Amino acid sequence: MNKNRNAKYMSMLSLHSVWCVIFIVVPLLFVLYYTFTDEQGHLTMGNFLYLGTPEILKCFGISIAYALAATVVCLLLAYPLAMVIANIPAKNRSLATLLVMLPMWVSFIIRTYTLKNLFNDNGIINQLLEAFVGLLKNIPAFSSMDFTPIRFIGTSGLIILGMVYDFFPYMVMPIVNVLTGIDPRLHEAAYDLGCTPWTGFLRVTLPLSRSGIVSGITMVFVPAVSTFYISSTLSGGLVSLVGDKIEAAFLTEGNFNRGSALSFVLMILILLSLFVMNRFGDKESEELAP
Amino acid sequence: MEKTVLIELRGISKAFDGHKVLQGIDLNIYDSEFITLLGPSGCGKTTTLRIIAGFETPDEGSVLFEGADMANVPPYKRNVNTVFQRYALFPHLNVYDNIAFGLKLKKVPKDEIANRVQEMLELTSLKGFEQRQIATLSGGQQQRVAIARALINQPKILLLDEPLGALDLKLRKDMQVELKRIQKLTGITFIYVTHDQEEALSMSDRVVVMSNGIIQQIGTPEDIYNEPCNAFVADFIGESNILDGVMVKDYVARFAGQTFTCVDAGFEPNEPVDIVIRPEDVDVVPANSSKLTGTVTQVTFKGDYYEIIVDVCGFKWMLETSDYVAPEETIGLKIDPDAIQVMHKSEYSGMFGDYSAFSDEGDEMLDPALGGIPQEEESGDE
Repeated sequence: MNKNRNAKYMSMLSLHSVWCVIFIVVPLLFVLYYTFTDEQGHLTMGNFLYLGTPEILKCFGISIAYALAATVVCLLLAYPLAMVIANIPAKNRSLATLLVMLPMWVSFIIRTYTLKNLFNDNGIINQLLEAFVGLLKNIPAFSSMDFTPIRFIGTSGLIILGMVYDFFPYMVMPIVNVLTGIDPRLHEAAYDLGCTPWTGFLRVTLPLSRSGIVSGITMVFVPAVSTFYISSTLSGGLVSLVGDKIEAAFLTEGNFNRGSALSFVLMILILLSLFVMNRFGDKESEELAP
Repeated sequence: MEKTVLIELRGISKAFDGHKVLQGIDLNIYDSEFITLLGPSGCGKTTTLRIIAGFETPDEGSVLFEGADMANVPPYKRNVNTVFQRYALFPHLNVYDNIAFGLKLKKVPKDEIANRVQEMLELTSLKGFEQRQIATLSGGQQQRVAIARALINQPKILLLDEPLGALDLKLRKDMQVELKRIQKLTGITFIYVTHDQEEALSMSDRVVVMSNGIIQQIGTPEDIYNEPCNAFVADFIGESNILDGVMVKDYVARFAGQTFTCVDAGFEPNEPVDIVIRPEDVDVVPANSSKLTGTVTQVTFKGDYYEIIVDVCGFKWMLETSDYVAPEETIGLKIDPDAIQVMHKSEYSGMFGDYSAFSDEGDEMLDPALGGIPQEEESGDE
């Protein structure tokens, strides 16, 4: 009986196992192979020397810095929004979440490209500003004013905005989910015991939503730190993050070994950050375990 | 003895989505008393409690604490603490931190907090549970934590919203005794909400019976049981036979086709009234020695007594007797004057008190206290 059942589950799993082997394990083995060999196929650690160059170290540095900044901005914007959505009566809440998810229906390449067009030297934002300055010129005090387009492309602000724009829903949704799961009586209990709305938020709502915050941070930071399209598009190719370097190594330089070594180190980095984040998550689930 | 009024509810009305849940509630609550708001689901008792706590604002009327209007005082500034239905303990904190929550907010020194938490753990028999996570506690233990968490703030008033509803029968009985003990010991005013009449009668100094957002009767458990003021109260508290009757004159009532001497007076001559007779107040006698006779239709063994249904001229009475009587037997009913409770007619007249459709099973299904049906609707709909 039990054996039959196990056999059934095993057969269901086998399809996924095959899938995992072909599309995850084998490519990973290739990455490992290329990371530790040179172009002639000889074993070497030389690829890591390349990683130690100032250019690549700096590249890792700004990748992490941009990803962190984008994550923080996402969190600060997403949390209040998530609170608003979580307080919408359940029957209207799906509409609100739909609105948050709506941009995801468009490919992120198109979204990023749109953002670039908005902020180009002659993009809509600059055109609007120019029109505004043109209006101001009619006022005598501003008549000498001159318009030079503001250069957004290539600024860290725009790259971070691009990341925030593309990954925002990944931060909102897990927080909404965890907030809607909090028993509303806990808020009442907090007020009853002397919490003001603000201390109640700090002592009850925030700690209880930690697991949502942790998964939100993970789901924004991981793709942001490895992204390659956003930075190159919004900087006009001036800023390269690790993702751009990997793309360039594989597609333009054709250097699979360097590309693999970069991927390998990035993977370790992401695994480390996942591990750290899971530690936070684990503590939470331990406390809630029955 | 002059008792101090702690809370005054004056003409409180409240409606949710146009549905009136409270209509003109007037109630004084005294210092150090154990008062219970009793009524079926949707009678407005939980809403009354939430208005006192400050979670709801009344549409009309005012709440006074020691004479001061509470209209613009938020819950966290009221000297009131609540034990919530299903406890609402903080799942991210352990037992110690849950109990210490209120004191930490008040910035009480650490060692004083530690002392007072220990006191509370002792009071609620929770010693040794300090570091336990809430999710690892049983229902009864969580209940104790909830009580300790509220009591540690030394409130003037403790509000308890069906606190024992989620516990099994045995534990519920133990906790009733425990709560009563804590109330006596601390001298804190307890305002207790329940739909369980037995719980209300056994614990309270005073019971407030509510129905449809209106207070039906306020009194001691004995008053409420022995002298219900209308058919609703008589039926809701315990078992009752409620008959149509006429008050011929003072101390003389006529019902079931016979005239009886009773102890009530002050009604209009020949005023139509409702007569309440408790099942345990009727003596079963041989048929030939009573003016009231009937046929036994149902006998149920209840352990220390038999519950029998007797058909008297088409009206089904419920009686309790210690001697076995056989179904189909014809028996006489002997009713003493002080067993007859006379009530004015009310909107509830004729709705209760006949046992024609009675069965134990049906009763259990209708009575949430016995059926263990979760009282979800209680919180929102009231």
